[in-house]
Amino acid sequence: MIIATICFYLFSAILVASAVLVIAARNPVHSVLFLILAFFNAAGLFVLMGAEFLAMILVIVYVGAVAVLFLFVVMMLDVDFVKLRSGFMRYVPIGSLVGLILLGELALVAGAWTFAPEAASATQVPIPDSAQVTNTHALGLVLYTDYVYLFQVAGVILLVAMIGAIVLTLRHRDDVRRQSISQQVSRRREDSVAVVKVPTGSGVS
Amino acid sequence: MTIGLGHYLTVSAIVFTLGIFGIFLNRKNVIVILMSIELILLAVNINLVAFSTHLGDLVGQVFAMIVLTVAAAEAAIGLAILVVFFRNRGSISVDDINLMKG
Repeated sequence: MIIATICFYLFSAILVASAVLVIAARNPVHSVLFLILAFFNAAGLFVLMGAEFLAMILVIVYVGAVAVLFLFVVMMLDVDFVKLRSGFMRYVPIGSLVGLILLGELALVAGAWTFAPEAASATQVPIPDSAQVTNTHALGLVLYTDYVYLFQVAGVILLVAMIGAIVLTLRHRDDVRRQSISQQVSRRREDSVAVVKVPTGSGVS
Repeated sequence: MTIGLGHYLTVSAIVFTLGIFGIFLNRKNVIVILMSIELILLAVNINLVAFSTHLGDLVGQVFAMIVLTVAAAEAAIGLAILVVFFRNRGSISVDDINLMKG
């Protein structure tokens, strides 16, 4: 139990610290790297909570796909990030004001909320005993049966995002010479080779 | 001292607030704003999973997975729009995003 407590404080401290550095880092590449660190520590928290599958999905999807996508875009765009940071300190007061108000509201909520009496009986899918059914297995049993429509909607969302990203970023460049296979195959000898009789003393024009 | 629901909710509230703070702090840099949105969604996921394990209900984890999907889709579309915008304008400053005069 003491190990779990230590792990919780370690993971959450690194998570909060790296979240601070994500928004405060001077270089956006560092921001992305701290975002990856934050995701790893959130995955650690998920493992502590007993949601191993989500933890692994978080590492694979967020670190493997989303954060790397961010990294690509940050490195691909030739942007003067120093100019974008101008006025950084100017926004600190209003930002911290909003942040403090939000944190105060959240603290008020945290101080006052209670579970509804019927919350315990409203459980839809009880988590099975982890000794018998693993988290991944249990999630699969629920996801592909009771929540199959939700699962398919998630797939459609990803498909739409994929098509949207391709449509947005694909551009046809006219200044690039591409291979045209049909043109190559349909090429005939008469079109490309000509036998020219060259008279002596004058070249081929 | 055992770690309960309140601890996880506190961490998630802090990360959520940091995400909001990041949006205000980096008002010119769209990339960092997108990253702040990712932080906010991460905080929401921590909340969902914390309640899921505390109440012993697996549906919270299913929901967290859907949130993850939407976050991934949002990042992909957002970055695609950003790349197209950069191609057209040569800048990603929020101040320049006024083509619709909004």
